[in-house]
Amino acid sequence: MSVWSRVVNVVRGDRVTREIDEELACHLEEAVAAGRDAAEARRAFGSPLHHREESRDIRLIRWLAELLQDLRFGLRMLRRSPGFSLLAVACLTLGIGANAAVFSWIEGILLRPYPLVADQDRLFAVTGTNRGTPGNSDVSWPDWLDLQRSSTLVEAFIAEKITGTTLSIGDRAERASGSMVSANYFDAIGVHPMLGRGFEPGEDAGRNAHPVTVISYQMWQDRFRGDPAIVGKTQSLSGLPHTIVGVTPQGFFGTFVGYAFQFWVPASMQTQFDAGVYKLEDRGARWIEGYVRLKPGVSIEQAQSELSAVAARLEAEYPETNRGRGIRLFPLWQTPFNNAGALLPTLGIALIVVLSVLLIACANVGNLLLVRAFGRHQEMTIRLAVGAGRGRLIKQLLTEGLILSVLAAAGGVLVANWLRNALALLTPPRGGVLLRLPGELDWRVLAVSAGVCVIATLLFGLVPAVLTSHIDLAGALRSQSGGVVGTHRRAWVRSALVLVQVSLSFVLLVGAGLLIQSMQAVRTASPGFSAAGVLTTSIDLFTAGYDAQRAKNFQDQLIDRLQAVGGVESAAFSRMTPFSYRNYSSAPVAADGYEAPPDEQPTAEYNEIGPGFLSTIGIPLVAGREFTRADAEAAAPVAIVDETMAAQFWRGADAIGRRVQVKGTWRQIVGVARAAKYHNLLETPKPFLYVPLRQNFSATAALQIRTPQGPGAMAPALVREMRALDANVAPGELITMREQVDRTTASQRIAVTILVVFGGLALVLAAVGLYGVMAATVSQSARELALRMALGAGARDLLRLVVLKGLALAAIGVTAGAVAALELTRLLGYFLYKVSPRDPAAFAAAFLIVAIAALAACVVPAWRATRTDPIQALRG
Amino acid sequence: MSKPDSLQGTLDLLVLKTLSRRPRLHGYALMAAIHDISRDVLRVEEGSLYPALHRMEEAGWVRAEWTTKDSGRRARVYALTAAGRKRLAAEESRWQVVTSAVNRVLRTV
Repeated sequence: MSVWSRVVNVVRGDRVTREIDEELACHLEEAVAAGRDAAEARRAFGSPLHHREESRDIRLIRWLAELLQDLRFGLRMLRRSPGFSLLAVACLTLGIGANAAVFSWIEGILLRPYPLVADQDRLFAVTGTNRGTPGNSDVSWPDWLDLQRSSTLVEAFIAEKITGTTLSIGDRAERASGSMVSANYFDAIGVHPMLGRGFEPGEDAGRNAHPVTVISYQMWQDRFRGDPAIVGKTQSLSGLPHTIVGVTPQGFFGTFVGYAFQFWVPASMQTQFDAGVYKLEDRGARWIEGYVRLKPGVSIEQAQSELSAVAARLEAEYPETNRGRGIRLFPLWQTPFNNAGALLPTLGIALIVVLSVLLIACANVGNLLLVRAFGRHQEMTIRLAVGAGRGRLIKQLLTEGLILSVLAAAGGVLVANWLRNALALLTPPRGGVLLRLPGELDWRVLAVSAGVCVIATLLFGLVPAVLTSHIDLAGALRSQSGGVVGTHRRAWVRSALVLVQVSLSFVLLVGAGLLIQSMQAVRTASPGFSAAGVLTTSIDLFTAGYDAQRAKNFQDQLIDRLQAVGGVESAAFSRMTPFSYRNYSSAPVAADGYEAPPDEQPTAEYNEIGPGFLSTIGIPLVAGREFTRADAEAAAPVAIVDETMAAQFWRGADAIGRRVQVKGTWRQIVGVARAAKYHNLLETPKPFLYVPLRQNFSATAALQIRTPQGPGAMAPALVREMRALDANVAPGELITMREQVDRTTASQRIAVTILVVFGGLALVLAAVGLYGVMAATVSQSARELALRMALGAGARDLLRLVVLKGLALAAIGVTAGAVAALELTRLLGYFLYKVSPRDPAAFAAAFLIVAIAALAACVVPAWRATRTDPIQALRG
Repeated sequence: MSKPDSLQGTLDLLVLKTLSRRPRLHGYALMAAIHDISRDVLRVEEGSLYPALHRMEEAGWVRAEWTTKDSGRRARVYALTAAGRKRLAAEESRWQVVTSAVNRVLRTV
């Protein structure tokens, strides 16, 4: 009670003073009434001022009272120079806001990416590994169940796999993303449907045995207009009616960074969503991407070693399918199978960049404070002279700094709030699928931002505060004489601050330059197929209810019709289009005349392609022939391998005529194709092969059209030709292959945008800082400049004097920046495509930009210096 | 606050004891009461009375409230709290210990 009442008293400091005075007055009145002499009674009391202070000190917490005093005074001082305050708060708002935004992205995308999901600290991503092959694979359902049975350290195994379905809307087919999950999914993540139920135990078993679905709040609102009686109704998903058993609460988007899921089905429906391929009992079919929630107190290392031991046992038990296969756990922020892994390096760079911008902003505000300190010299001298301690002055100045940064932090949080969805906006959409890459402004982010705010205050406030309070009283009493250019003590500190700014912004500009170059290289890089002049779309006949035979007929007829359309050079189907977000088929392979290391199992990815696919998409053949319509189901199994595979398996000898075993079928190689990129531009070459679509059929397929026309001109013709065959089938989004390629470089693009925007910002801040220093130098050395003029120096001499001083400063800054950049740009490693981190062009460009900015910042003050009236300056 | 400084303790003891007998006294009345009961021997200094009262209020031994006097002026009157009563008991026994000790010294030497 006591401490609290004292805290309250601090806030009502005036009232406490008044009450004490009133009580004393009452006492005097009583004394007089009792017949004492008024003057005597007052004397008996001693000094009322002293008395009041003593009582006040008892009733107040002193430091808090002082803080409040400082705050009031600080606010008054800041109001008195609104220009300074606005500039300082604006600089800091940018710095703190940029930091808060990046923190919020890291929190919302990497650390706690799944709203409403419980205990994300104990959640870890699970992938498979394959000895001898870098990277990660998925996990098969039987392996998953065995892991679950054998583990003692894991509280819950949460299996899932991203999937999608086509919802038809008019003549447009729209994709909705969803997930196939284990039956325990909703219970294990702690999300309870707001309507209906989650999945029940056993609903994830059996082949297509449980056509039930839980839909998202979004889908419930958009498609069913919030129908309260939705539970029990059916919705067709992937060509099969599913009973809606539940609706997830608002704000739950699933557990996949990047997408907002619309529906969930139990894993038992896998066959329906994988175009008829049954994988639940196939230990060799790896498709699960899941999470484990560890029991409290269990470390990732303990869980990892337990699961690795189980995987080793499974490897011994099932050598046919599990040779070389392991299990690996990742913290959520490193999850390799969703966008977290892709954005991790981008956000890491963003963090470094915004911290640099904050440093630059702090240097700027520090400089501004120093300029102002010059103007407050008088005030400080008086306060010291009447007995304020230095500590008290520093505290006062730091409080003023704190006011600035608290205001800026408030603005910064607003900025961060605006920027919450910036990442999703920078990420290209994929055919109507709901993207979700939000920043999360929770208490942790706010706490870290508050910490940044305090650290920033110390950074920009401490040096000026110490310098300002350090006043030589004797010297200050003498009249102020003007300094000589650049000799003032504070000028030295300010120059150092500008150096930091210039060098930091130089580093950022070099980084931006490198990324821009890399982006250009990516843009002009050849993916190994024609990006121009080829359109692609998806046609999902499986969902439309076609059986294999009808689908084959439809595909053949559509190709014939399209090739008769004017402007179409050729058209071809394939199961996958390159650079798609879906997975290629992947299988263990064996080959004539190739002996794999005993504990490794060579696997390769492959695409099922129709006749004329390679020529349509523009992948040249090195030898042999393409598939034709003759390579049908009944014909001899054939394959085309790429150069990488030919080189690895037959060491460059002619591969044509040899055999390769894919998924148990021996296929004769009829062609060798030039190696291309299959997933993205930055991938390293891996063996890849093609099999005829007819011999490994998929009714869900991609269509490629080679035509000089754009998607806008082609789409109506495509829809017309499809309608002619079946009015109920619609194509997916029709885009150019260029667009398809660009969609895979999103994280590079985000990094470029962040570096260019913040690099530019940093440059502006640094230029403002340099300008400030030069302007102050000129105004503080007005007498010297005037003297020089009076002694015969011309305007040109003065211009040169001031500009050279500024440029010297910039030059030192650039040199320091260049040294730092030579080391730091290596951090960009992953992002630099065919660009050296020490690329001279990027350094030269950064140098030029900084030089121009520095010149601009120096010329104005220099010009003003030449306009000084020497007589006036010398008199004043 | 529990430092057994004898001088400060004595003033506390006097104030607490007086308030235990006559609740709701304002500062001057309290001073006058101590003066009267001690038959003009003990004079509480005005300069130390109010800081002591405020200190005891913060310690939670006395409670203060504002009343309006006949003259219309507000007066701040004090009363003992439960904690104050406990404190008074402690102070009284401490006083007994100290005075009997001093008496023993006076008698023996």
